[in-house]
Amino acid sequence: MYLLIDFGSTYTKVLAVDVESETILGRAQAPTTVETSILEGLHHALEKLEIGGRKLTKEEIQSSKKLASSSAAGGLCVVAIGLVPDLTLEAARKAALGAGAKIIGSYSFEIDQETIEEIEETGCDMILLVGGTDGGNKTVIQHNAQMLAESKLSVPIIVAGNSKASSKCMQILKAGGKYAVQTENVLPELDKINVEPVRECIREIFMNRIVTAKGLDKAQDFIGKIAMPTPMATLNAAQLLADGINDVEEGIGELMVVEVGGATTNIHSVAKGESMGVNVMRKGLPEPYAKRTVEGDLGIRYNAATILDLVGPTRICRFMNPEYVASDTDVERYIRSLRANVEHTPENRIETEIDVAMAGNAVSIAVERHAGTIKSAWGLSGEIQVLQGKDLTRCKNVVGTGGVFAYNPYPERILEKALYDENNPMSLKPIHPRLYVDKDYMLYAMGLLSTVEPLAALHIEKKYLLQNEVDYKENIVND
Amino acid sequence: MTKASDITVVTGTIGDDIHSLGITVIEHALRNVGFHVVKLGIQVSQEDYIKAAIETDAKAILVSSMSGHGRVLCQGFRDKCIEAGIPDVLLYVGGCLTTGDTPWDEIERYFLEDLKFNQVMPNTSLPGDVIEHLKDDLEVELNA
Repeated sequence: MYLLIDFGSTYTKVLAVDVESETILGRAQAPTTVETSILEGLHHALEKLEIGGRKLTKEEIQSSKKLASSSAAGGLCVVAIGLVPDLTLEAARKAALGAGAKIIGSYSFEIDQETIEEIEETGCDMILLVGGTDGGNKTVIQHNAQMLAESKLSVPIIVAGNSKASSKCMQILKAGGKYAVQTENVLPELDKINVEPVRECIREIFMNRIVTAKGLDKAQDFIGKIAMPTPMATLNAAQLLADGINDVEEGIGELMVVEVGGATTNIHSVAKGESMGVNVMRKGLPEPYAKRTVEGDLGIRYNAATILDLVGPTRICRFMNPEYVASDTDVERYIRSLRANVEHTPENRIETEIDVAMAGNAVSIAVERHAGTIKSAWGLSGEIQVLQGKDLTRCKNVVGTGGVFAYNPYPERILEKALYDENNPMSLKPIHPRLYVDKDYMLYAMGLLSTVEPLAALHIEKKYLLQNEVDYKENIVND
Repeated sequence: MTKASDITVVTGTIGDDIHSLGITVIEHALRNVGFHVVKLGIQVSQEDYIKAAIETDAKAILVSSMSGHGRVLCQGFRDKCIEAGIPDVLLYVGGCLTTGDTPWDEIERYFLEDLKFNQVMPNTSLPGDVIEHLKDDLEVELNA
């Protein structure tokens, strides 16, 4: 038996899985305890865990294998430093997001003493230093390495810029007594983004150093190493489900995962995002095949009021079932009360409807920010289409995960908002995908399990998602 | 003498222009003689050329314009390069640069003197002309 653990920012979750029979045995959660010991919350969750109608014995817990991810203690906070904001800096941000990081600072061009002081104040866990394509600009990344070397910063620094400047940067940083790691350039050519080596590098440093720095290592005697940040686990699960395992078993094809949380909304897409059209020209930076974006302003508890301010009470009400709609002021009052009450679960149908509406709006906006856009241009040879970002219109599958999808009775109405909207034809959202709901809240856990038992993880994903396919032709469920 | 393979040049069609044929032929020819070409495609803004040149440490920006709007679209290009810290990057422009029957002398003078471009070429130029200019301006050795 495997116990798959997530030390989340609010809850510590445990999912028990039997790999032999490829079944989920049970799940439980308890509030995360960072202040005292991270193990306390875990033990509370384990005490609640029931399998086959009974609690686990100490011996059973001891003897089961354990894997864990974490976004506790503020998650993994990264500062990215690049050369041109739209180019290497943007590539660095994409890579760090794909590694499950939270980006708390982005700096470009030559940084100065003031910037260094600003970075020192952020309390970041890691710095990602990039700049220059291979053979491109060397001076800026070397200058920035020098500034970091002379700073008081003691966090790990990843060097992932111009390969012709990397060893010089490493020398500079090491001479300054910094812990630095070199990896491949995140943008070796302007039309080639290379996020994988940076992602792996971030994961290793997270596992071996950050976890200790955050005091989460107390859990390690009990559960072994914390393998990765939680969002990376979800992205890994998404990639496994889409691609399957080479030469062993196919996945379900290109997909998008929408994850609505209390504080943020994450969108993961595993898709090439190319356009099929003949007259399509691509603009801007290429996109990673497995891409994650996170919207720090869209969450249905901590950031409920932010969603309200963004879309207004009228649009919230428009997403609710008209039979259960409340007045604008009531909706507004309820939403504003949630921030102080983040563990609140809906107590009546109207509150359930408000959750649907908030989550639907969060999904709609987050997917719009994640997906690419297309616009027309005219020339002597006729019309051409200019594509920027990922074209997800042909994406075959959309999966909803996170608390609201596990507990809300109308997940299909939330997922629908991830789809292509005729009123906004420029935004290239999926047009006619299959919709799946992660009722068992198991996706992150399968990302963890995939590191040791990929085939079982794939089978569990398929088994538990495919039985929860929802239909989106009926817009509103009447009961 | 520097080898062409150590030189990066940035190419694209400017502004609203989508005529990619000419620049595509030139990109091909440049690669053939060894240059490292960073192709930005169509409808490239001045800012995008400059950003790409900074990041790739390019020595020249080759602007193609067939729409007849080149004269307007290239205004302020050199100033922005200076502002962005690449004052000495070579700026070349070629194509149908104006509408109407402005004499070529005047077009040439405008781009070279007013806009501070390094080379200006009509749409009858051949890829070899571009290569010759780059060879002289950058003192590079071409691949055989």
